[in-house]
Amino acid sequence: MTTWLELIGRKAGNFIREMGAVLLFFGQTLRWTVSSPFYLKNLLKQMEQIGVNSVPVVLTTAISTGMVLALQSYTGFKRFGAQSLIGAVVSLSMTRELGPVLTGLMVAGRAGAAMAAELGTMRVTEQIDALYTLATNPMKYLVVPRFLASTIMMFFLSATGMFVGIAGGYFVGVKVLGTNPVTYMNQSINNTEVQDIWYGLIKSLVFGAVVGLIGCYKGFNTEGGAEGVGKATTGAVVVSCMLILILDYFLSALLW
Amino acid sequence: MIEITDLFKSFGSLQVLRGVNLAVSKGESVTVIGGSGSGKSVLIKHIIGLLFPDRGQVKVAGQVLNNLDAQQLNEVRKKFGMLFQMAALFDSLPVWENVGFGLKQHTKLSDREIRKIATEKLALVGLKNVEDKMPVDLSGGMRKRVGLARAIAMDAEIILYDEPTTGLDPITADAINDLIVDLRKKLGVTSVAITHDMHSAYKISDRIAMLYKGEILETGTPDDIKNTTNPIVKQFITGSAVGPITAE
Repeated sequence: MTTWLELIGRKAGNFIREMGAVLLFFGQTLRWTVSSPFYLKNLLKQMEQIGVNSVPVVLTTAISTGMVLALQSYTGFKRFGAQSLIGAVVSLSMTRELGPVLTGLMVAGRAGAAMAAELGTMRVTEQIDALYTLATNPMKYLVVPRFLASTIMMFFLSATGMFVGIAGGYFVGVKVLGTNPVTYMNQSINNTEVQDIWYGLIKSLVFGAVVGLIGCYKGFNTEGGAEGVGKATTGAVVVSCMLILILDYFLSALLW
Repeated sequence: MIEITDLFKSFGSLQVLRGVNLAVSKGESVTVIGGSGSGKSVLIKHIIGLLFPDRGQVKVAGQVLNNLDAQQLNEVRKKFGMLFQMAALFDSLPVWENVGFGLKQHTKLSDREIRKIATEKLALVGLKNVEDKMPVDLSGGMRKRVGLARAIAMDAEIILYDEPTTGLDPITADAINDLIVDLRKKLGVTSVAITHDMHSAYKISDRIAMLYKGEILETGTPDDIKNTTNPIVKQFITGSAVGPITAE
């Protein structure tokens, strides 16, 4: 009994310590984000790596989700003659929920893992120490560009994901299932407000910050060689995805 | 130039340094020897402010590192060049950008000027036509040389060598030793090295200090160390498995 309590206590203690360390890391990141020098070239490079290079995976995910959503909604709604609502369901789901969440999860899996692996390798091969010895702050040089790039690019990726998902839904709804295109578009436009799009985009900014922060935190604090890099990479993906899903609920509740 | 006074450092319950005292004069070359886990790397990381002591102090050019803020510490670090054990070259940058990294960050020189300086420093360490290669395309010895070129690129006053010959074949290792001696003659820098390679220690040092169980056990010229009567130092320099030091 005591052993179990000890184990739970130790796990809880570790979790709280880790969360504290992440918050401190976040504070430091924000602090260095607003002070010079600014590594614009690094930021642009990261925007390409995190954002541009994630476009194919985000497009594939969004278009297939939009198409499946239209197909499944049609099957369900047909039972009580509400097929005309497919457009509204697809566009509301993609803007408020699926666009930002799926983009967040995809970017966490692709770019978050890459960030943790790259910084983790730099840590265990002493490249981060080398930056310190060259009088260069690794938080500014490595972490801030990745954090900013992740936050900014998640916004644009989510917006693209929303649009492409809706287009995928339109294709299936109109071209495959034969829904009237005017009805489909009217339902989509009349039931989706600009506010819904903004809610989704605000979520995406938060998810982008989470992916950048956790990927960098895990990589920056890697210990123990190749095994440590593997653990950091896995940890970055798992923690980012869990935080995205948990925060999604609270943000949805907040932005109701 | 460097004064280490009563330095203590622990990691959790593991006490690594237990009152290290060591002074290095300007232009001097001091090598710290000791077995694996004796605290050599922890010591060298204190000298450049990568780690900070639990007790005691490290003074570099009259400034106590523990008392400096980040900006002041960076100014002190500009006096240093450091050669890492595995060179620690930046994977994502070609050789010339690795060598010129400090210049890029801290001067207003153009890329063309930085590349020119990098080429000069690479020539000093015996490398030609490697400017555009990536670190992954270099051999272990070449990586060390590039690391050394990076260490001297900012005209450092102090160069730290972390196991400069580890992982190299004997001939390449000796070439690196010659290079260290040669650079010191040409540039007149202060050097601190840590190693367990005695051949290297004898060749590159004015003075050798033996670190054992977190304390400096003995200090002397290479000849003093060769003729030591201390059984621990004697066992270490002869590389004998029999004696007061037991293998881990």
